[in-house]
Amino acid sequence: MPSPLRSRWLKAAVFAASLVPVAWLGVDAWRDNLGANPIEFITRALGDWTMRFLLLTLAITPARRLLKLPDLIRYRRMLGLFAFFYGVLHLITWVWLDKFFDLNEMWADVMKRRFITVGMLSFLLMVPLAVTSTTGWIRRMGGKNWQLLHRLIYPSVAFGVIHYLWLVKSDIRMPVLYGAIFAGLMALRLVKR
Amino acid sequence: MLIRSAPDLKYSDVTSKKDFLDRRRFLASAAAGVALGGPAAQAAKLEARKSGYTVAETVTPLKAITGYNNYYEFGTNKDDPARNAGEFRTEPWQVSVEGHCAKPAKYDLDSLRKLAPLEERIYRLRCVEAWSMVVPWIGFSLSEVLKRSEPTSKAKYVAFETYYDSKQMPLAKGSRIPLPYKEGLRLDEAMHPLTLLTFGLYGEVLPNQNGAPVRMIIPWKYGFKSIKSIVKISFVEKEPPFTWGIMIPNEYGFYSNVNPEVDHPRWSQGSERRIGEFSKRKTLMFNGYADQVASLYAGMDLKKHY
Ligand code: HEM
Repeated sequence: MPSPLRSRWLKAAVFAASLVPVAWLGVDAWRDNLGANPIEFITRALGDWTMRFLLLTLAITPARRLLKLPDLIRYRRMLGLFAFFYGVLHLITWVWLDKFFDLNEMWADVMKRRFITVGMLSFLLMVPLAVTSTTGWIRRMGGKNWQLLHRLIYPSVAFGVIHYLWLVKSDIRMPVLYGAIFAGLMALRLVKR
Repeated sequence: MLIRSAPDLKYSDVTSKKDFLDRRRFLASAAAGVALGGPAAQAAKLEARKSGYTVAETVTPLKAITGYNNYYEFGTNKDDPARNAGEFRTEPWQVSVEGHCAKPAKYDLDSLRKLAPLEERIYRLRCVEAWSMVVPWIGFSLSEVLKRSEPTSKAKYVAFETYYDSKQMPLAKGSRIPLPYKEGLRLDEAMHPLTLLTFGLYGEVLPNQNGAPVRMIIPWKYGFKSIKSIVKISFVEKEPPFTWGIMIPNEYGFYSNVNPEVDHPRWSQGSERRIGEFSKRKTLMFNGYADQVASLYAGMDLKKHY
């Protein structure tokens, strides 16, 4: 029997599920259910989902081995692209709803506010990965080079964690939790096969 | 003119209809809370006369004022205090006035509240996190209390302390801020008529998440200077340590006057989001209270003494 992971239906279901957070935000926004500061709520929710999808993407490789489910690879590109998708939305809320497209202010923020600086770094590192995510690019670059390039996800997540750590005022539990999950996923890569 | 005498301004003048209806609904659910004996049962009316110290700006809806709070003893998310402070016991309550003064005193809440007639003052509130509200507070000038204790010449500053009880505030530890929460003002700042000892808002006693039963409101400073749930007020000689200054000294200054020219490392202070508004607005020097308080800082370099 072919693995259910190969089913196109399951893939479609994962795709749909990945859109639930943004749909949810939309519904809550429409019902005026995002609290006293909806813009902050949206920015933060999208930042959270960027991080969660990045970690899910990173979890695929160790999960394939540990769960003996090599077919999980079929989901990695999609999850990575969803991380980028949420990252773009997160960035848009900042550019639009926080800075109102004021380039000077944005530049000043990137230069002055270290949590923005590393957030931007984290995002910029995701861009080449999204661009080269197609099969065409893998062929053009060659598997080795492509894999090498895509290791940029590691610093991207690391900068994302630092971004979160630097933006909280004193309660570091959530960024530390994300950091611990990241460290765990990295450690699993080092474990001998 | 930013502050004007507005003796017969009603909420219905300064609050939009929808907000007003939200408030009615809240009051209705508060009444239901009374029937059920829930935490809302405490919400008691507080009579107050109108004050000249009032801004003619749209008052922020009650739901936002009581649902979006920084009170780390009850959790670090903005909606945590509303969820977790309901059971907090504010009776009996004692406030001690001590230190360099001729007449130290201990007040229970009732006697403290009766020291002067209560006034309703609609103030701007600007948080260091670059959001703001407009709140109808009820209280009287802190000077009414301070002058009764007759500070001596050694009294240069006033230090405040919040109640802290890890049993009643089990979530406080996660915040990592040193507790009890401490704040301080220079004596002349503390004696300024705008500096409000606050017992209520929106016509009622303070909800727990807003710092019940008694807190400070210093409208020209960032919100964290306006300490909540006060148990101790002391006259001291040296600039007293304050919680955020202890926690992150390079980010939080003792004065922390609202100042669009001096940025915080995390937030640009040039503009702010008024809760309920889409666009940002420019932040005003001393939060718009420059006419009243700028003279307190004459000759001081406010970039250095931020
Ligand atoms: C593109 C550049 C980025 C900018 C300008 C940016 C900006 C911001 C801002 C303004 C906040 C809210 C801070 C606050 O409310 O005080 C935030 C929160 C956050 N951002 Fe970003 N960010 C960027 C990239 C990223 C990336 C790539 C990630 C993920 C790896 C990320 C993850 C987060 C997280 C997890 C939060 C906190 C969410 C929460 O509090 O629940 N950000 N970001």
